[in-house]
Amino acid sequence: MYAVRRWVVRHSRGFEIIYNAFEPVITRLDPLWRRVGYARAERPVAKVEKAIKGFLFDCKMCGQCALSSTGMSCPMNCPKTLRNGPCGGVRANGHCEVKPEMKCVWAEAWAGSQHMKSGRKIHVVQKPVDNRFRDTSSWLRVVRQIAEKRAAQGEQK
Amino acid sequence: MIFDDEPTPGEGLPILPGHVSPGRLERVLRAGKFAVTSEIDPPDSADPDEVFKRAAIFDGYVDAINATDGSGANCHMSSVGVCALLTRRGYAMVMQISCRDRNRIAIQGEILGGAAMGVANIMCLTGDGVQAGDHPQAKPVFDLDSMSLLEVARAMRDEQRFQSGRKLDTPPRVFLGAAENPFAPPFDWRPHRLAKKVAAGAQFIQTQYCYDIPRLKTFMSQVRDLGLLEGPNRVFIMPGVGPLASAKSATWIREHVPGVHIPDSVIKRLAGAEKQKAEGRKLCIDLIQEIREIEGVSGVHVMAYRQEEAVAEIIQSSGVLEGRVPWYPGRDRQLQRQAVGA
Repeated sequence: MYAVRRWVVRHSRGFEIIYNAFEPVITRLDPLWRRVGYARAERPVAKVEKAIKGFLFDCKMCGQCALSSTGMSCPMNCPKTLRNGPCGGVRANGHCEVKPEMKCVWAEAWAGSQHMKSGRKIHVVQKPVDNRFRDTSSWLRVVRQIAEKRAAQGEQK
Repeated sequence: MIFDDEPTPGEGLPILPGHVSPGRLERVLRAGKFAVTSEIDPPDSADPDEVFKRAAIFDGYVDAINATDGSGANCHMSSVGVCALLTRRGYAMVMQISCRDRNRIAIQGEILGGAAMGVANIMCLTGDGVQAGDHPQAKPVFDLDSMSLLEVARAMRDEQRFQSGRKLDTPPRVFLGAAENPFAPPFDWRPHRLAKKVAAGAQFIQTQYCYDIPRLKTFMSQVRDLGLLEGPNRVFIMPGVGPLASAKSATWIREHVPGVHIPDSVIKRLAGAEKQKAEGRKLCIDLIQEIREIEGVSGVHVMAYRQEEAVAEIIQSSGVLEGRVPWYPGRDRQLQRQAVGA
């Protein structure tokens, strides 16, 4: 919902803190995900993720969440699905070129990033979206990546 | 500038050390000359002569010609088509690629095709939304954005690979351009966004129409402070300018064309003039002269939509070429003839 997502961006620092607390918890659950099987956990987790992030961010389930790099403003709400900043068509009042009634998603992202500790991540170039991940859980992907990285590091030691 | 290694039309120049492309635009910019580019109005026609006619209008006044890619989301002859015709005659082209109409498979193919035809400059753009053009019912693609397109093109050139990682046999030797709009919010982000584009691979920038010199000056000083105009990976900035036909059309553009900012003072100046069209051209000349004085500016990009015939006169009157005659088909024969005659 537009009003909710704008409220979230205004409180981007709070959501950054929440996410930073949440990530280690689901990462520690890696043994559970593995026992259930990542593939089997995928559908229910994606459902929960979609419900929560859909309500808060108008999440479009691209499956490769960039919110922590975009001031908690979901870039997939940009009508051009830009992943790296605003286009040149932002109106003088900061609204979208395509949807004049909507505030530019990236103008919001810039404002949101200014409150966040990791706000500088907005300057890092994001890779284009991998369309194979659409409608899959970004959380599980992150957890799996972190767990695999740790396992690899453990083996090295 | 006459290069002593001037190639046969249609073939590239030798690539100099520290250069990435066989093109004239990079040569002129890296030589520190004030570069001039313009934009061809692509015809709604399959007639090649129409393209040659529209390009010849700029002969002797521009260092490269942009071939737009469905600008304003309107349907015209494609940028690849225009480039194919004009590179044959030896013109230096800036092939625009917008992310609106094609996915990464089509775009990468286009980069190879363009480079093979002799396109030495590629302009990576996001593109206007389909709502702005004559086919609002079309499906917008936006598989890449301008930033990831730059990265993809740079990787093709420097790492000799597609985005998938698959190797290329011969990389496209292209000078990479991007757009910036210093006149659209969020203003404090714009210089940083430019830095991000440079990090992604942009080597020259053509900006949106500039009618607000103080805004451009602020932007340029921020860009200088970020260190983007120094070193081997420096970026060359060419602000966009163009003549306005009348106060009425300026007002219309301001309200309907996304991203164009025209201050009230400009509209007042036009409205107060007896001959508005002439005043619009005079204003354009004044802007070019003011822009040239701004530290760090490398040239101008003249976009004279539906007033292309005025470009030569505007550039001539502005004096920015300082007697330089940019290449055009037959230029060197012409100059030789003049030398013999003298």
